[in-house]
This record gives sequence, structure tokens and C-alpha cells, in this order.
Amino acid sequence: MTSMVEAGPSGPKVEDKLFQNRYLVDPGRPHIKVRPHERPSKALLALTHTCPAGCYNLNDKGQIEVTVDGCIECGTCRIVTAKTGEIEWNYPRGGFGVLFKFG
Amino acid sequence: MIEERFDAIVVGAGPSGNAAAYTMAMAGLKVLQLERGEYPGSKNVQGAILYADALEHIIPDFRDDAPLERHVVEQRMWTMSDTSHVGMHYRSEDFNEERPNRYTIIRAQFDKWFSRKARDAGVVLLCETTVTELIRGTGGKIIGVRTDRDGGMAFADVVILGEGVNGLVGQRSGLRPEIAPENVALAVKEMHFLPREVIDSRFNLKGNEGVVIEAMGTITAGMTGTGFLYTNEESISIGIGCLVSDFAESGRTPYGLLEAFKNHPSIKPLLADSECKEYAAHLIPEGGYNAIPELFGDGWLIIGDAGQFVNAVHREGSNLAMTTGRIAGETVVWLKRRHDAMTKANLAEYKRRLDASFVMKDLKKYKRIPAFLHANKQVFGLYPRLLNAAAQTWFRVDGTDKLSKEKAILKSFRDGRSLSGLIGDAFKLARSWR
Repeated sequence: MTSMVEAGPSGPKVEDKLFQNRYLVDPGRPHIKVRPHERPSKALLALTHTCPAGCYNLNDKGQIEVTVDGCIECGTCRIVTAKTGEIEWNYPRGGFGVLFKFG
Repeated sequence: MIEERFDAIVVGAGPSGNAAAYTMAMAGLKVLQLERGEYPGSKNVQGAILYADALEHIIPDFRDDAPLERHVVEQRMWTMSDTSHVGMHYRSEDFNEERPNRYTIIRAQFDKWFSRKARDAGVVLLCETTVTELIRGTGGKIIGVRTDRDGGMAFADVVILGEGVNGLVGQRSGLRPEIAPENVALAVKEMHFLPREVIDSRFNLKGNEGVVIEAMGTITAGMTGTGFLYTNEESISIGIGCLVSDFAESGRTPYGLLEAFKNHPSIKPLLADSECKEYAAHLIPEGGYNAIPELFGDGWLIIGDAGQFVNAVHREGSNLAMTTGRIAGETVVWLKRRHDAMTKANLAEYKRRLDASFVMKDLKKYKRIPAFLHANKQVFGLYPRLLNAAAQTWFRVDGTDKLSKEKAILKSFRDGRSLSGLIGDAFKLARSWR
């Protein structure tokens, strides 16, 4: 897991939680893409805290980036940005992505 | 992909899809079921409670071999402040019955079992296969699906979409609209493992008895949402969920909220020394009756979460999923036996049967509740705080006379919400509840 967001200086680290999970990563085929943008909308920016897997980061150019390796495929980001259309969301290819042991 | 033509294609192998596929296969129909996960359940998340009644209508003897965790003998409803909770508990020996009413389950295991039953009944299941789009014939009727398995296609008289809350196929084919952020909750959940005797002693349980805790209050930090804790055989499912629109507005992280809930003094001792083995997240449809999309058309039906079939007030969903799946399956079987085509007019029978069932009756009864809870955040913040403060005033013995305590409690409510606010909230709630 790379560059996951922290909840704050003293908050829980989401990567510690994701560490427990099983994934089958599809290398080079991210199922979510952030469309090129100058400045993120409020909705896109909200993903940095709303994504339960902390997949979204603000880079030093002020743009939002996504790292999908820890994604648990809930679809929250798709729904939050449905109106602005700033992300492209597909399911991972059949068999790839998160594999819940318990669900 | 598969050359033969099917009577029905079911998209998804969750509770609704399995119920539909099983029902049709048992009646002798040729059914193809497509699941994008490695195995049924690998993409599915729930608390989870199994409602026996809904499953008994499909597999009456499910108790013989279904992977059940504990049967629920006690329901706790907690209204929480930052340091306390006011609880309403209902525990009954009557729930220790031959055919218990509710069970805790672990979905990845349960879905596998349910899917095995469907395959034993003759369903052809293809896992690791994502449906990418619906195929339309002349006149726009849905005649099949395209998948990501080498772009393979499959054809059938009817396609039943049990693709879940985050289903893309129905939306991208224009069958149902995108879900609004205020009509869906994001819930995060962890699985905490403990020896079964530790769970038994912490929750005062014996045998396979289990406890359910549903909690609301300041744990959701002013957002519309609830928390839960369910006892499994050797684990505890703990989670919290709030409306997606509230999360987006609030700046709160779902995992931060879950961590705070786990560290609440009323919860923390229940989880002490446990080992967390999974962190999951899932959306829950919360829009209720008014958010239900079109459910049928030429060659297609929608079941389960994809149809927003969740009773947010009673925290019921899997039973609605199974029931809508079963009724969809039964409708298709009925039409098939009559040699009727799977047209929109004929498939309208599905909606008529749903309307006559508890599914639509319950959702209709509570159709105003989602809007009420969305608009009245005091239900989740102010009132729980006032209630907990009142309980403390009432129970703390400190030399203050009881009449003064009563007055202080009433004053706290009037100051917190004003008399007209209190009456207005009571009126709005009563009207929404009807």
C-alpha cells in the first residue's frame, strides 16, 4: 500500500486497517481514474476524507490523485462525483480487486 | 462465451441473485448466473443479520447446513453521548426456539453456501465474470449481456439484475438513475476475533445465543447514521455508517469515526484484546420507497439493493433482497409456464406481487422517514446528548431534591430545542412514522 491518507496527526492510519485485507491487484489496470483537471471541485476534494480506504490524495500541484491498490470497491467516490464527472469508475476485471474473507 | 440460450440470466450472486437463481432453477428453468468476484461473497459486505423467515420461504430446511453464527436472543438499542449511553434492551428466552428467527452470519461464508444450493439446483454459475453491458434486441428489449470474459455474450429471455447498490449495469444501460449521495449510506466495518467463551461471558450468552447492538447518537458526529455491534460465534462485527452526502460535507473520515466508536467507553471493553482480521466498506441504500427505480421492463427485472430495497428504520435489507429475488424468480417461472413472453406488460406481475408483500408495504409505510432523518440532525446529536444528560441527572444522587431534578431536565430540553421545536419534532416524527 502506498501513500495512504492519515486521519490526522493522532488519528488512525487507514493503511493499518487495509493491511489485513486480501487483494488481487491487476497491475497497470487501475479501475478508477481521476480525469485531468486544473483545480478539483469541492466534491472531488471531499474524496480525500470520504474514501474509506484513503485512496485519494492531494498532490503538491493541488490536484487529486488516486491509488487504487487499497480500494474496497464501495463506490462512494463514484456517487460523490457523479454530478461533476471527474472520475472514471469501473469494476476491476472479473476476479481482481478486493477479496473479502468475511464480508 | 456460452452458446446455449438460457431462460434467465441473473447478474450477481448475493442474497437477491441467489434467491432468484435458486427459485427458477428449482422450477426447472435454465439459469445462468454471473458474478464478478472470485467466489460468491468475495465482494459482498453486510453486518450481518440473517432473517430466517425470508430464507425459509426459499430453502425451508436451511438450518441443516447453512453456516450460521449465533441466533439472536437479545436486541440492544443504544442512544449514545460521548461518555455514556441510554439503552433499551430486549432479551427473551422465547428466542431460544427450535426455529430461531434471526441469526448472525458471515457473508462470505453464507453467500458461498447459498450459491452452492443454487448450483445444486442446476444454476450455471460463472465467477470472475463482470457484466459490462446489456444487449438489446429489436424494439429495445433486453435479450442478453456482454461480459469481460473475452467480451463474451450470453442470451436469455429475461435478465434479472441483482448487481447490488453499486451496480453499474442497470445505470449504464439507462434502466435506473444514479443514486443521489443523500440516498445512500457508507458503512465501514471490522471483524474482531475473540475466543467464543470470552464473547459468551462478555455478553452473558450460552450455547449459540447472540446479541445485537444498534447504536445512534454522538457517535456519528452530527451526521445521519448508526453504529452496530453483532456477536458471531468467535468474532464480533463492529461498524458504523452515515449518509454519503454527510460524510462529504463533514470532513470526517469513515475510519476515524469507526475508531472513535470502538473507543467509546461503552464499546471498548466489549472488544478488548480482540484481533481485527478484516476492514470492509459498503454502501447501503437508504432512500426508501421514494428512491425505488423502475423495477421491470422488456426483458429485465431489478432485485435487492440494486432496487433500493432496504428498510432503514428496522435495519432490514438481506430479507428484502431474498424476498425480491424469490418473487422475481417466481414471476418468471409463472410467465414461463403460461408461455407468456417476458415483456414489460407481463413482467409487471413482479411489481404487483411485490406490492402485495411486506417489502413494499413496509417501505411505503416509512416513505417519509429518510427525508425526516436527513433534515433533522438533532435526532442524532442534540437529543442523544439531552437524553443522556437527563439520565445522569436522574440517577445521580447528590442531595438535590427530585422535583428540582425534574425541572432541570425539562428545562434542558426546552433550552436545547425550545418548546415549539420539541412539539414540531414529535409531530414530524409521528407523521413520518405512519
